[in-house]
Amino acid sequence: MDAIDRAIILATQEGLPLVPQPYHAVAQQVGITPADVMARMRVMLEDGVIRRIGAVPNHYALGYKANGMTVWDVADQRIDELGELIGKLDFVSHCYQRPRHLPDWRYNLFAMVHGHDRAETAQKAALIAELLGDACRAHEILYSTRILKKTGLRISG
Amino acid sequence: MDQLDRAIINQLQGDFPVSDAPYAEVAQRLGTDEGELLARIKQLLADKVLTRFGPMYHAERLGGGLSLAAMKIPAEEFERVAVIVNQMPEVAHNYARDHALNMWFVLATETPQGLPEVLEKIEHQTGYEVYNMPKIKEYFVELKLQV
Repeated sequence: MDAIDRAIILATQEGLPLVPQPYHAVAQQVGITPADVMARMRVMLEDGVIRRIGAVPNHYALGYKANGMTVWDVADQRIDELGELIGKLDFVSHCYQRPRHLPDWRYNLFAMVHGHDRAETAQKAALIAELLGDACRAHEILYSTRILKKTGLRISG
Repeated sequence: MDQLDRAIINQLQGDFPVSDAPYAEVAQRLGTDEGELLARIKQLLADKVLTRFGPMYHAERLGGGLSLAAMKIPAEEFERVAVIVNQMPEVAHNYARDHALNMWFVLATETPQGLPEVLEKIEHQTGYEVYNMPKIKEYFVELKLQV
């Protein structure tokens, strides 16, 4: 990533311009050609610097009001296999392995589950529990009760 | 929100084209026109049905540090600690959750080295331990929400 990539990121991290030729608009802002902007963004997509170009829906506004962070204490030797399995479920949006902090925190697998209400989210968590079977020793669902801050990730100019 | 709005939301979660006139391309797939699609996206953003539209950047691949952290804060101290945590520009999201570990936040720093510094600052200023839970492995990060 060089200074030009960085300039493209700064020009687009708030969003892609909502004009018929958005990459041309970015090019004008950055001071390079539209072809260069598109070529660099394709490389960033291939390299995974850009995960995807698209919309982020507001789960809450779409009626998914019970977003639960489900956390699982899974046998370490099987976590990769099971993490891949859980990540494929269509109601799981994020799935990660994270460190335990014993004795206060025993969970090493995190999966965000989205439901219209807590009953639906709990039902989906029960499906995960079934898939994990004996490899899972304990789990919990942590619901968010309040958003304290939400600014998103930003790089600075 | 009507059927076209739903179709737009579902369509835009996939790969958006990198081309001269990408909105026109997507509009064609949806059986509408470029002007209508742009107007709808603007309205969905204004109504906060969409929180953003554009490239999703991968924080660590931009060279920075990223982590999830949690704290266990007594109820009477919660607001004071929330103010301190939220004041850190590196804290991107912060949620109250119903658990003994009742405050959960995502931190993003310009460099990986910046992360322990911010965590230490939070511990020092609040007087409470921070449980750092950086991801060890990512199995899935995507939105598959069909509306």
